[in-house]
Amino acid sequence: MMKLKAENISFSYNKKRPILKDISLSLESNQIIGLIGDSGSGKSTLCKIMAGYITNFTGDVTIDGKEISRNGFDPVQLIFQHPEKTMNPKWKMEKVLRESWIPPQDLKDTFGLKDNWLTRWPSELSGGELQRFSILRALNPQTKFIIADEISTMLDAVTQVQIWEALIKHCRANDIGILAVSHDKDLLDVICDDILYFKELNHL
Amino acid sequence: MMSEMPWYNKGLFSSLNLRQKTLLTIGLTGLVLLVVFISGWMIDANLPTDFAIKMQAPSLSHPFGTDWMGRDMFTRTIKGLSLSIVIGIGASVISSIIATLLAFLASVNKWFDAFVSWLIDLFASIPHILLIMMISIALGKGAFGVIMAVAFSHWVNLTRVLRAEVLQINTSEYVALSNKLGRSKLWIAKEHILPLVLSQIFVGTLLVFPHAIMHEASVTFLGFGLSPHEPAIGIILSESMSYLAMGAWWLAFFPGLALLIVVLLFDIIGHNLKRLLDPGEANN
Repeated sequence: MMKLKAENISFSYNKKRPILKDISLSLESNQIIGLIGDSGSGKSTLCKIMAGYITNFTGDVTIDGKEISRNGFDPVQLIFQHPEKTMNPKWKMEKVLRESWIPPQDLKDTFGLKDNWLTRWPSELSGGELQRFSILRALNPQTKFIIADEISTMLDAVTQVQIWEALIKHCRANDIGILAVSHDKDLLDVICDDILYFKELNHL
Repeated sequence: MMSEMPWYNKGLFSSLNLRQKTLLTIGLTGLVLLVVFISGWMIDANLPTDFAIKMQAPSLSHPFGTDWMGRDMFTRTIKGLSLSIVIGIGASVISSIIATLLAFLASVNKWFDAFVSWLIDLFASIPHILLIMMISIALGKGAFGVIMAVAFSHWVNLTRVLRAEVLQINTSEYVALSNKLGRSKLWIAKEHILPLVLSQIFVGTLLVFPHAIMHEASVTFLGFGLSPHEPAIGIILSESMSYLAMGAWWLAFFPGLALLIVVLLFDIIGHNLKRLLDPGEANN
């Protein structure tokens, strides 16, 4: 079992107006932790820092006390809110998936991925279909933690349940920890072991 | 209702949609240029001289007239145009390669970016014709000198466009994510960025073509380009200058007009292709 830890994270886009101050949180690889916060409060920024997209922050992000190696495949994978932005418009879906790994057929089936989607362009699939791809892409065997930044916000209730069920089942079986970020407290109540409130974490 | 239809939706081509019309335009224009190029390539450079028919005005047997050595101006013009096309191809392909390399170099880090931007400003600040003359002379004139001169002075615009495009793609989420999936910068450049800018490169190459041909003709006309024994349009035009005063207007008029038409044809292809390959519509 591994532990992803963020300690005393502070960050500001603009020097005069800090957005994150002394945020600390930890996540174990058998846990699903929810994070709730207002729009524009800096949740996505925190996600990007923990997944290594932003590097000029102060504080530490560690796995089992060690700095995470950000070269090569990152064990902390971020899933974005808008899947269509995370796919090259000139790539067929098959290549989008293969950029990370080739998932086994049964995993594709649990996510409801149809084979004829693989030969389409991203612009030809709906948001829900694309989000299945971006989740599956993040489930590479080298992934230890997943940070899900509002991944089901634009999906209808049925698809939300489907996708979350499949994701949780896979992560429980493979010892992958999830940090689920959302506005939707009802959703987090159902899926998470514990819920954190961004307001309480942020010492602004 | 019929009266409200635009002119291009009436008559022969009314059944075609916009895409098909664009393709038809590109195809026909390309065909004309190909015919000019191939027929010029098949013409022997040593045209027969016949002083019995020298300096004849345009007629049915010599549609563009004849010059002071009795050579058919139509044949000379076609030969000159095909040479222009070859030089145009060489120059625009090389300049696009330079532009692509520099655009990707600029994306490596901010120092390279600053260097490339500086280079763009430097070359943009020198008048084209001056730069072409200097490079051409330095490389010993001739076709090689002209191609290189035109290529090294025409990469600027395309580089500027490509640099901005690459910069924008580089800040996209899919490139950031690719990096987190452990892909190298080189792999990202090749697999993510290149396919997205390929159409820009293609259109850019075609749109440099008209400039390349015009500049080749003008430096040759000024005497800094191809050598006088080569059948280039620029040579024909500069030679004709000494006979214009004698009333031999056809020596300059038809070759000049033909050059203009070829340039326009390339421009038409370039713009139509740009419409066709516009990134927003590429997948439709």
